[in-house]
Amino acid sequence: MSDLMLVLLAVSILAGGITVAGVLVWWERRLLGFWQDRLGPNRIGPFGIGQLGADIIKLLFKDDWVPPFADRFVFVLAPTAIIASMMMGFAIVPFAPGVHIVDLNIGLLFFLGMSGLAVYSVLLGGLASNNKYALLGGLRSASQMVSYEVFMGLSLMGVVMITGSFSLVDIVEAQEEVWFCFSQILGLFVFVIAGIAESHRLPFDLPEAEHELTAGFHTEYGGMKFAMFMLGEYLGLALISCMIVTLFFGGWMGPSIFGDWVPPFVWFSVKVIFVINFFILLRAAIPRPRYDQLMDLGWKVMLPITLVNLAITGAILLWMREVV
Amino acid sequence: METLLAEAPVAKDHNAYAVQALYNEFGRESFVVQVCADDIPTLWIKAELLVGVMKFLKPRFCMLYDLFGIDERTRVHRSDQPSADFTVVYQLLSIKRNDDLRIKVALQESDLNLPSIIDVWPNANWYEREAWDMFGVVFKGHPTLFRILLPPTWEGHALRKDHPARATEMGPFEMGDERVEREQEALRFRPEDWGMETKDEDNEYMFLNLGPNHPSVHGVFRIALQLDGEVIKDSVPDIGYHHRGAEKMGERQTWHTYIPYTDRIDYLAGVMNNLAYVQAVELLAGIKVPDRAKVIRIMLAELFRISSHLVFYGTFVQDVGQMSPVFYMFADRERLFGIVEAITGGRMHPAWFRIGGVTADLPNGWEKLIRDFIDSMPARLDHYDKMAMQNKILKDRTVGVGVYTQSEALDWGITGPGLRATGSDWDLRKTRPYNSGYDQFDFEVPTAENGDCYDRAVVRIEEMRQSLRIIRQCIDNMPAGPYKSDHSLTTPPPKERTMQDIETLIHHFLNVTWGPVIPQGEASVMLEATKGINSYHLVSDGGTNSYRTRIRTPSFPHLQQIPLISNGLMIPDLIAIIASIDFVMADVDR
Repeated sequence: MSDLMLVLLAVSILAGGITVAGVLVWWERRLLGFWQDRLGPNRIGPFGIGQLGADIIKLLFKDDWVPPFADRFVFVLAPTAIIASMMMGFAIVPFAPGVHIVDLNIGLLFFLGMSGLAVYSVLLGGLASNNKYALLGGLRSASQMVSYEVFMGLSLMGVVMITGSFSLVDIVEAQEEVWFCFSQILGLFVFVIAGIAESHRLPFDLPEAEHELTAGFHTEYGGMKFAMFMLGEYLGLALISCMIVTLFFGGWMGPSIFGDWVPPFVWFSVKVIFVINFFILLRAAIPRPRYDQLMDLGWKVMLPITLVNLAITGAILLWMREVV
Repeated sequence: METLLAEAPVAKDHNAYAVQALYNEFGRESFVVQVCADDIPTLWIKAELLVGVMKFLKPRFCMLYDLFGIDERTRVHRSDQPSADFTVVYQLLSIKRNDDLRIKVALQESDLNLPSIIDVWPNANWYEREAWDMFGVVFKGHPTLFRILLPPTWEGHALRKDHPARATEMGPFEMGDERVEREQEALRFRPEDWGMETKDEDNEYMFLNLGPNHPSVHGVFRIALQLDGEVIKDSVPDIGYHHRGAEKMGERQTWHTYIPYTDRIDYLAGVMNNLAYVQAVELLAGIKVPDRAKVIRIMLAELFRISSHLVFYGTFVQDVGQMSPVFYMFADRERLFGIVEAITGGRMHPAWFRIGGVTADLPNGWEKLIRDFIDSMPARLDHYDKMAMQNKILKDRTVGVGVYTQSEALDWGITGPGLRATGSDWDLRKTRPYNSGYDQFDFEVPTAENGDCYDRAVVRIEEMRQSLRIIRQCIDNMPAGPYKSDHSLTTPPPKERTMQDIETLIHHFLNVTWGPVIPQGEASVMLEATKGINSYHLVSDGGTNSYRTRIRTPSFPHLQQIPLISNGLMIPDLIAIIASIDFVMADVDR
């Protein structure tokens, strides 16, 4: 791929990512409305899609206010961190054969690193606001992210062991015959849950927890700075969905019975939309556990499952090498 | 008591037990008996005896049901009572014997002091603060005798007869910078005022103002938390942000025009408030309500019980983080409001009950509307059960959280589903049905055992099913006959003959313009409202409006005991507890 093509691709992924995140806000509201016996936004444009533009205009024209008691520099910096790290994460996602910005040989580690960086956004936002609710939100998110990061990484090691590579392209190609969602079912289970916790959406939205902490870490944020947190959250949702599809559902590859007349990118998109809808359904259906219950779940259930998965995967791999 | 009357009437037989015991202990001459229209034995005692009498009564009455003041200074008809400028009334309730007792203490303006009875009844705390706030009665020994309903900067005592009742009687209100500053400063939470430490040997505590504006406090309720991390060490609920002077307005409006104000006390329970009020007025006036009106009232009241419980159900589940169910429940409630609108013309605030009956007869086609609704509800309730109550995360969040025992509940004045969640089956619809007509219906009183958040919800959900049963019986057995009593004080009077003869026209004209003149006396009727026991204690001085309207609401004591069950838990638990209590701030603050 030429440099020009690469730049074009990068720009279109950037623009596409932000557009998708924006559309997701509308999509989620419509879908929730559908499931909750109500309409959702349906006034502006066909199916209310114009709501997206209206919201952006509203947020752009809002007073860009920084509370006088906040740490101004960090307060402004915090929301950019989540956007930047999430956008960086998209660099390694293979959307179709050859359609990716970079194919790093440490691709998976890069993704984990970027999603780890996103924690700073929440943490710094919570601390810089100098607000008690924001502080509690920041504290919650720090412990939640640190805990769930541990087995988010570990849950993927099974995939890495089977593939023998951290490169996402290699991982997708290794699923030519059978998707990892079958052989790595435990890994998938843990990764999905850790993914929700990482993107702090209901049921794991404890850093925000509207009913407890009003708006948690972004209580003091408004206008575009709030919109960036929002956008970051939806980018995170899209990124996690892309990763789930890439790592466990064969990325761009469709089931072989369909032949190859469906373009790979379409397969990828269909799968991602399916995963995103699943996340939205979770949000609609499940209550929020208490903070200590979330920690218990993490360390007492998720971590053992991950370790068992690792041990089993390793044993089977060793056994197969013996056999071969 | 110097003005002891020679021939004081003897209390009625069915509640003679406690009265006789008091006579034996303290001597007959220590008491003056007042006859009230509601037959509750009412005894006047001297202030010195108060603590002794209360300690004596404590083992005999499980609950301090109410405590309030009356400004007697402009009251005309009180020749059967000891002389007093102010009266403090203590109303006690025994659920074991189904018995009430009212103790009154007379105070002169020169000496407005009374000993506090917090040591005997812990829930006297807020009631005494309220009596101080409203009348300036000083309760000696009360640790935190601060204002409770009025702002800390308020001047005067609002329910005194010489305190203005309207804004037009006061100077213009100005909110300058200086005043804003002063009011803000007055709202600052000072831990030392409440005897709280700001740190222990290891760390400093964080103090968090939860509310008055917070998504989960269901209105404007503030609770100041002393936090160690996210663990609540201690908490101080603060109310009064929703106070509108409903009791003061009761002294201003006529008996009839006060009905719409009652709608707005527990604004989720609509006609239930009307019912408690008009029943007390009817008792004073001696009106017997015809059967059809009774059944219509019960049917509407039960519809509103379902409506209120649906809001509870939805918000309870939402506050533990489940997003969707509240929308289904509000859709059901919307259908209910459709029915209420078809019958009454109003939705949340129908103001539809009248002194002596209801506004109008049921409209054509009401049966089908209601039958369709109650036919569809059981299946939907089952669906919600699966969706919410059987959810494991919801159970983890609410089972064993916010527990009180039955004796604690009674000590703190908890009534209604909150009490029945501790195993008691005390429901006024069963224990005192004769006034309202509930004895004619077949239904059960749901109870639960553990007294935690989950059980409080379980009881309410089962109550909805029982209410559906009652409503079905109402439809099947709706009696024929008039919907208004044929009594001269029924307001507005029946209109049919007004244009035929001049006497009826005059009567109608006077009752509508001035309002009815209710005979002097005192009465209160307890009602099993949606959130607990609700009652209006009405004092009539023989005029067209009430001399004193005391509104006893269930939510007030329910909020008072929050620290008891939430200290030591975490913020999310507190939210679950608040949600499970099912209160309405308008009901607390009045």
